[in-house]
Amino acid sequence: MLLNRRRFLASTAAASAALSAPMVMAQARPRVVVIGGGAGGATAARYIAKDSGGAIDVTLIEPTRQYYTCFFSNLYLGGFWDYDALGHGYGNLAINHGVNVLHDWAVGVDRDAKTVSTAGGHTLAYDRLVIAPGIDFKDGAVPGWDVTHQDVMPHAYKAGSQTQLLKHQVENMREGGLFAMVAPPNPYRCPPGPYERISMVAHVLKERTPTAKILILDPKENFSKQGLFEDGWNRHYPGMVEWVGPAMGGGQVEVRPDSMEIVVDGDVQAVDVCNVIPAQKAGRIAQLAGITNEAGWAPVTPGDMRSRVDEAIFVLGDASAQGAMPKSGFSANSQAKVAANVIRADLTGSRVFPARYSNTCWSLIAPEDGVKVGASYEPGPEQIDSVSSFISQVGEDAALRRQTYEESIGWYNGIVADIFG
Amino acid sequence: MRRLALATLIACALVAPAFSQTAPRVEALGDATAGQAIYQRDCAFCHQIGEGARNGVGPHLNRVFDRGAGQVDGARYSPGLLRMGRDGLRWTYETLDAYIANPRALVSGTRMSYRGLRDETERHNLIAFLRAYSDQPQNIPESAPTARRVQPDLSAEVLALQGDREYGEYLSAECSTCHQRSGADLGIPSITGWIEEDFVIAMHAYRQGLRPHPVMQMMAQRLDDEQIAALATYFATLGQ
Repeated sequence: MLLNRRRFLASTAAASAALSAPMVMAQARPRVVVIGGGAGGATAARYIAKDSGGAIDVTLIEPTRQYYTCFFSNLYLGGFWDYDALGHGYGNLAINHGVNVLHDWAVGVDRDAKTVSTAGGHTLAYDRLVIAPGIDFKDGAVPGWDVTHQDVMPHAYKAGSQTQLLKHQVENMREGGLFAMVAPPNPYRCPPGPYERISMVAHVLKERTPTAKILILDPKENFSKQGLFEDGWNRHYPGMVEWVGPAMGGGQVEVRPDSMEIVVDGDVQAVDVCNVIPAQKAGRIAQLAGITNEAGWAPVTPGDMRSRVDEAIFVLGDASAQGAMPKSGFSANSQAKVAANVIRADLTGSRVFPARYSNTCWSLIAPEDGVKVGASYEPGPEQIDSVSSFISQVGEDAALRRQTYEESIGWYNGIVADIFG
Repeated sequence: MRRLALATLIACALVAPAFSQTAPRVEALGDATAGQAIYQRDCAFCHQIGEGARNGVGPHLNRVFDRGAGQVDGARYSPGLLRMGRDGLRWTYETLDAYIANPRALVSGTRMSYRGLRDETERHNLIAFLRAYSDQPQNIPESAPTARRVQPDLSAEVLALQGDREYGEYLSAECSTCHQRSGADLGIPSITGWIEEDFVIAMHAYRQGLRPHPVMQMMAQRLDDEQIAALATYFATLGQ
């Protein structure tokens, strides 16, 4: 009797839910706005839309129609990857998952009204906001350089035309010329990135003008995979690469784009190509939203990537200050899935699963000589903590290095499918 | 009576989706603030640390984690410590813990005339303090961990566990960063459509270090039995 009544009640409840569902959805589908269509933002948009099965209205704001990944852009520089293969559109997010892709710039966040305004004049209301704008450069970080000089001394640290320009400059360097890199201070996007880039530039120069030299001016005392890179440079490009750390003036650099000179600790040096990678901070919209700290990054809570300033906002990837994870596409993608699960639960009551974070960075040193570093992370009491790590070893045989390189290609194809659908 | 039944129902509902997040998955290395006081009491007379730290009676302790023993330029070391450094002794959480507990037990003839810190909590607090002055993983991903993992328990009925497919789908998002759901396997093998038992056995083999791949070992070591079962169920049924 009781069972019958229960079953009856359950079935009527289900039936009425089904009947009223379309109306409820039309009126009050919760809205998520995602600012930034990179590894963090696009992944979050895709997972929220996909896993909610249309129950959440997801809008992705991204200015570019074709997104060029920073990861693997060094391989393009070295001639190992096609430029077109770095580019990814947003069609699949719209077609397969119903994401509303808006090609526009987010220029303001009104946290009280819960709206985002765009350069195109739109105002979008949100219930939850994801901010994933990547990096911007700190003004005045490298004396003599600002973005108006990026056509002469490119940063190539946001992939696209900058990467193409740097590649063109390297390939057309004069016989016996000098390539200089002004490396960034911590923290910055992709810790091994500058040094993989040095490897790729060295590879191009070795083929074209083997008497050329490479100078790295570094404000840091050490860098990721240092032993692996230095070993690789010695084996593949002996005598070509010189690293100047802070003790030798690597942190005291001024650049003169007009005369193509750099000044290192007072000494003037003519250069043929100069890659300036300035100090970094969270993308500007994070600052405009008022969620950044004094260092320029947006602090988040470790279990869910939620802004410490505003519970309705999540910050993903490079822009966030989360603890022990490096700023990388892999990290951003990993963080996005955790946040997507929590955002969906916030808005639809779906199940919350424990946060899981991981990262691996592959780097190519020379043809088929790949290395990797990775770690797993857990939300700790105060920050995301690192709990274990691994790194390739100096002296590994060529077959293992080739396998690591092939693995990186597999990873690239895997992660872009995971991000862009 | 009815109230009791209702209470039981609610209790069940609360207990049912109990995941591993209820148990702490990491614990802090120690309390760095408490560790600072121990440092001042026991270490600071001989060892400097922080910006501008120089060698004194003993080497400065900036970036001591991940360093080989006896590697600070200009510091004075005993032959015993230098020999241990050549033998491959590196400063990690575990080796520092052993050295601070009893210096002579780890390095015969060490110059460090410290009788040792026997209190485990004090030691962990001191190490947490030291950790803050070494490389950080956000900058150098391969640097020492910032917390300790709480190891999952091994159960005897692992293979009989019923996988929670929805949980598996969530967990699988970490796999699909590299393994394509479509089953494509260029450079990275496919894991789609595996028989559940094969999947479970493979993941346990990675967890125990029997299968050799560093990324997969790392991934598997943080999966408990329930999570492995959930993933096995999900990938076995993916695309069906």
